[in-house]
Amino acid sequence: MFWRSALIAMAIPGCGAAATLHPDFGRAPSAAEVASWDIDVRPDGRGLSPGSGTPERGRQVFEENCAACHGTGGVGGIKDRLVGGRGTLATDKPVKTIGSYWPYATTLFDYIRRAMPYQAPGTLSADDTYAVVAYLLNLNGIVGSNTSVGRDTLASIRMPNRDGFVPDEEFSRLKPLRIDSKVVAPSGNARAPAPHR
Amino acid sequence: MSVEVGPVPGSERLVSRRNILGATAALAGAAAASAAAGDTLAEVPAREPGSSLSAHGERSQFVKLARLPEAGPGVRNVDPTDAINSKTPIGDLVGTITPTDLHYERSHSGVPDIDPAKHRLLIHGLVDRARVLTLADLRAMPSVSRTTFLECTGNGWENWKHADPTLTVQNTHGLVSTNEWTGIPLTYLADLVGRRSESLWMLAEGGDAAGVARSIPLTDEIMREAMIAFGQNGEPLRPAQGYPIRLIVPGCEGNVNIKWLRRLKFGDGPWMTRWETARYTQLMADGRARQFQLRMDTNSVITSPSGMMQIHPGYQRITGLAWSGHGRIDRVDVSVDGGRSWLRATLDAPVLPKAQARFGFDWMWDGSPATIVSRSTDERGNIQPSRQQLIDKVGTNALFHFNGQQTWAVDTSGRVRNVLA
Repeated sequence: MFWRSALIAMAIPGCGAAATLHPDFGRAPSAAEVASWDIDVRPDGRGLSPGSGTPERGRQVFEENCAACHGTGGVGGIKDRLVGGRGTLATDKPVKTIGSYWPYATTLFDYIRRAMPYQAPGTLSADDTYAVVAYLLNLNGIVGSNTSVGRDTLASIRMPNRDGFVPDEEFSRLKPLRIDSKVVAPSGNARAPAPHR
Repeated sequence: MSVEVGPVPGSERLVSRRNILGATAALAGAAAASAAAGDTLAEVPAREPGSSLSAHGERSQFVKLARLPEAGPGVRNVDPTDAINSKTPIGDLVGTITPTDLHYERSHSGVPDIDPAKHRLLIHGLVDRARVLTLADLRAMPSVSRTTFLECTGNGWENWKHADPTLTVQNTHGLVSTNEWTGIPLTYLADLVGRRSESLWMLAEGGDAAGVARSIPLTDEIMREAMIAFGQNGEPLRPAQGYPIRLIVPGCEGNVNIKWLRRLKFGDGPWMTRWETARYTQLMADGRARQFQLRMDTNSVITSPSGMMQIHPGYQRITGLAWSGHGRIDRVDVSVDGGRSWLRATLDAPVLPKAQARFGFDWMWDGSPATIVSRSTDERGNIQPSRQQLIDKVGTNALFHFNGQQTWAVDTSGRVRNVLA
């Protein structure tokens, strides 16, 4: 089965002008399959799971699952320090933590869900993951001790170092997208809608 | 910018290469049979029948080559369970291709043991036809091969703030390697799934426990050069390099070359994962940080003589490696007076784009203190900065993307040591 009747010339060095058949490799995933692997979260909150949690619950989850490496209260452990460091980034001894460095709160949920706890990533429930996020944000003075953090609120939390990053010009401004040798997207704006081919 | 070439002390005694037979770099630690005075050919052991032929070609018992697990800047000689990377012994190697088992390694959650029959690659997002691919699917597609370097963005990070004189070139520059990679062009897979025109970024995610994930900007250059690799130096990838498949983005920092690749998702902007925000960003002196500084800049290092080696007065073959994420290395200059004057080194052919190039330079060492340093220039005209030029630009907190010139000092006793320029 071929998904295109036309022969597609591949842009493979050494292939010359020869056309290459493009068979229909693989299979289509089911929606449930995609959902089970589609764990990424974006800065605008796309990809966040339903749920929420409080700093109080997060402290319990953290002490049970995280403190062994990161220290009680996120300081003094054998792995990354998670709290403090505000005002140190321009000094000779910068301390990069969630509070001092991380630009997006959504990244916290994404990272904890995909990579933590180190020995058993993916084992925390969505509610417990939000709770740990809430606890770490509270320890860093970003949300109050009674503030619940969840899918509806995480993306709107402004991190202290949100404006601390300078994206590389080369890669943050993509050149016109060329598909089938036609320029189909405007230059200099990666988010501008483009005609569908 | 022109390259100033001045007189070098002793340069009138520079040796013509043609007069030096077998002037290869000293293979430190590798079977350098010494030609001690008094040896005669009669003392060479007699020929004798060897061992049986075998399925695997092992190294000679006299050759000792090994990567070096480390845990971070200044955190060396660690238990392998605490290591975050393992460095290539580039001071012991010749040529340009890194032996497969000695390719540097950087892993964030250990090396997973993946059964290729059960591994799947999901490609989805802003595409017309999401796809699940098996390794057999990928192996059946038209593949390409390319020799390219990979470099951990932390390569060189020992020398931002101070110089530990006990460092070897394996310590300072062991996080770069060059291999031939074989795989499927990203463009082929993008066509297969019907990548939509608004998908200008792509998330690549690994099948390791950490699920390392990076946003890749889909520039023309990256679309032209990136591949999903299953082959490394003619055989399947080694597990430490991502078996069964990994992303290869020539010229871009090692971390985006996602290992144990299991998901590609096309999207309309970067995801801002932990690795591209909290980790692989470069803090500048003013407290702001450079982000998505993916391209590895023009670099070079003298691998011999280098840190902790010992030389003797007389002829020295200076040799090293140069590479650039911008393209081909155009020239390498060597200085034996700490960068005050420079002479052009020779480059071994072929010099491939975005691959390490081997350079050489003949030097007569007169026994007086010297500081040797190399400086590369790529085909785009990018010149490797001195350490001070780099620091003047970005400060000393960047941690990553150190490409300043590496200076080795030679004292009167011939000891070679790491120093700051």
